[in-house]
Amino acid sequence: MKIKLANIAHGRAGDKGNTLLLSLIPFKPEDFSKLVNNVTAEKVKIHLKNQLQGEVKRYVLPELNAIQFTCFEALGTGVTTSIGMDTHGKSLSYALLEMEIEVG
Amino acid sequence: MKEKIRIGCGAGFSGDRLEPALILAEYGNLDYLVLECLAERTISLAQKRKKNDPNLGYDPLLERRIKGLLPFLIKNRIRLITNMGAANPKAGAQKIIEIAKSLNIPVKVAVVEGDDVFEKLTGNEFTLESGKLLEEYGDLVSANAYLGIDAIIPALKTDANIIITGRVADPSLFLAPLAYEFGWDINEPNLMGQGTMIGHLMECAGQITGGYFADPVSKPVPNMDTLGHPFVDVEANGNATISKVSGTGGLISSQTAKEQLLYEVIDPHAYLTPDVVADFSKVKIQEIGIDKISISGGLGKQAPDSLKVSVGYNAGYLGEGEISYAGANAKERAFLAGEIIEKRIGKLYDEFRIDYIGLSSLHGMELSKDSSPYEIRVRAVGKTFDKTLANLVGEEVEALYTNGPAGGGGARKNTQELMGVVSILMDRKKINPILTILES
Repeated sequence: MKIKLANIAHGRAGDKGNTLLLSLIPFKPEDFSKLVNNVTAEKVKIHLKNQLQGEVKRYVLPELNAIQFTCFEALGTGVTTSIGMDTHGKSLSYALLEMEIEVG
Repeated sequence: MKEKIRIGCGAGFSGDRLEPALILAEYGNLDYLVLECLAERTISLAQKRKKNDPNLGYDPLLERRIKGLLPFLIKNRIRLITNMGAANPKAGAQKIIEIAKSLNIPVKVAVVEGDDVFEKLTGNEFTLESGKLLEEYGDLVSANAYLGIDAIIPALKTDANIIITGRVADPSLFLAPLAYEFGWDINEPNLMGQGTMIGHLMECAGQITGGYFADPVSKPVPNMDTLGHPFVDVEANGNATISKVSGTGGLISSQTAKEQLLYEVIDPHAYLTPDVVADFSKVKIQEIGIDKISISGGLGKQAPDSLKVSVGYNAGYLGEGEISYAGANAKERAFLAGEIIEKRIGKLYDEFRIDYIGLSSLHGMELSKDSSPYEIRVRAVGKTFDKTLANLVGEEVEALYTNGPAGGGGARKNTQELMGVVSILMDRKKINPILTILES
């Protein structure tokens, strides 16, 4: 069965220069492993391929029950000089939550 | 020594609302109020204002904020710590003194400077973003080092009511009063890590009380219109609880705290500030009451030898034009408008793009291809160092009225100066904080 991340998780986007940070936090603790198993750095990179130029690094944080994705070269030429509508990439938290994963 | 101190955060960015800060100052039983008002680029823009007028360059809302807050700060014996000094902390302090005099309130202001390191640049520094040399960025406008608590604590040791700074690391605005009041050893990294974690959770004000969190479907937050800003109670051992003034709107939960804990954090195991390399990965957040959480478990390693310096540079102009299409074939007419503009002027710019607002402007076509809006707004944007050429984008979009597809409406044009910001590292021994006291 396919489910959308938005149905089981939430998150916030942040920026540092040209680096985009995306957190992914399950609503229910028991869904953490689904996120860890299905939402890999590689999948995030493919899902957001129109936005992300550089590498994606994933930090799994079991004590916090959360995942952080650090996406390099993600905001055009960076927050201060990008010609995009959303120069900070703040709305990208919801783009990540559009991802669908296969769960048993 | 106090057993517990309470710090409120009444602003999380330069344009933040005033009312939540007033509520904190009046009803929050605070020891300290922090107003964090400096984003990466804010200080470069302030530097430009200072160049035009040497009496300016501090936060544009400083006057309004101080006028409203000062009576409560004095009456309730709250010390204010703020980076509203931006590019000109001394001028900001003088403005505060002027306001205090006009209100007949005696006040002492401590000014923390020394973050401005523009004169110390050589141009041969490597930028952290691209690895390119600073001199390759052309016309440099400003350079401000992120100062830490070692710059703020001497100001707290005076009897100043208000401490105003330029660029300091945001969490340091909170860690400084903790270290000062509790006599924390700045070489004790776990205490510095815990205090930095507290500061990081607090520094965006409303972002931990339900602001930037609310989603009426998946994350409902009550009474957003009266969203309160947070305060934190910290004990001498670093244990802390975050809450807000009762009766204000919003929500504080482990969910709001987690989103904020990871906000803008590149590596959760190593969050770099001038005070510590903080580790947020083992933080424990517990809901202990309505809109009340306890936080513990911030760790740290020794502070870095170099400080981050934000360097502002002139990045040219951005020209924009927008126009809307609605009804039958709105999408097709919008695409035609975009195609026309692209063919007419697209090649003239260093960077150029067309966005379809309502369809694909935020995340490209990939995620939005199945949607079918009633109306679409075309946005053309070009970047260039030539101001006349930047203006041309809006002019060409406006000209779609009589030279483009049917039914275009609501054309708007806009040109703005772009201020770029890159970062370098500088040996902290080269950077000397300066303290000055002004009195009304």
